[in-house]
Amino acid sequence: MIRNIAALGAGAVFGLGLAISEMVNPLKVKAFLDIAGDWDPSLILVMGGAVVVSFFAFRVILRQPKPLLAPRFDLPTRRDLDGKLIGGAAVFGVGWGLVGLCPGPALSALVYGNTESIVFVVAMLVGLATGPRLITVLTNRPVPG
Amino acid sequence: MENFTPVSALIGGGLIGLSAAILLAVNGRLAGISGIIAGLVPPARDDATWRVLFIIGLFGGAGGWLAVTGGPVVAFDVGWPILVIGGLLTGIGTRIGAGCTSGHGVCGLARLSPRSIVATITFVIVGGLTVFISRHLIGV
Repeated sequence: MIRNIAALGAGAVFGLGLAISEMVNPLKVKAFLDIAGDWDPSLILVMGGAVVVSFFAFRVILRQPKPLLAPRFDLPTRRDLDGKLIGGAAVFGVGWGLVGLCPGPALSALVYGNTESIVFVVAMLVGLATGPRLITVLTNRPVPG
Repeated sequence: MENFTPVSALIGGGLIGLSAAILLAVNGRLAGISGIIAGLVPPARDDATWRVLFIIGLFGGAGGWLAVTGGPVVAFDVGWPILVIGGLLTGIGTRIGAGCTSGHGVCGLARLSPRSIVATITFVIVGGLTVFISRHLIGV
């Protein structure tokens, strides 16, 4: 129960941060990506601020034997680089640059009621659902299981 | 750089970091939004509750700020075809690349993960190139 409240609270703090920093506005994000235009470096400080806070917080948190209300920390363990990682990040970069929305701001932007956000989120959900199947087809490997 | 908003950017960024800290400290999970959503679309994982509540929280946080301040402005400069293509590519790319701006760009960088550092550099450079090509070369 408290775990679910924590997830709700963490989501609310995240959404508030995205709104205050205006990252829910695609044109603000595009102004960061547009170095040749009227460049707006704000996104560096958003990401930088978030990284600095979480870097020091994570150090303290991960020194504990386990999370406050879960049996263990659920963290990615891979450290190798592969084509899926870099190719996926590049494909995401194209989508991000075309519209100016990434997943968190896209969901949060839904509360502003723009039709554009709804169209983008629906397409994004389709992409998230079909991504694994697409990679299976492209690499011509049998579907596991 | 007349649109540069360093103070609100740092405050917002700090809150995003705080959110990631809460989720890791209490639930032991990383606040990667594409990963949180990916667990809800087919093939869905069986831990939907916290994921749905986190997303409801996102709406509440952004909606609360909107209700109090009336802002910020949310504006687009592309039409439906680009929105659909951009959304599809964002979904496919973050699923295959195992993360987005929050999972790789915040949580991964904070953990000094080599995969996240490479992914973040990649999507920022490709995002910049995409804006350059679409805005300045093609004029979409």
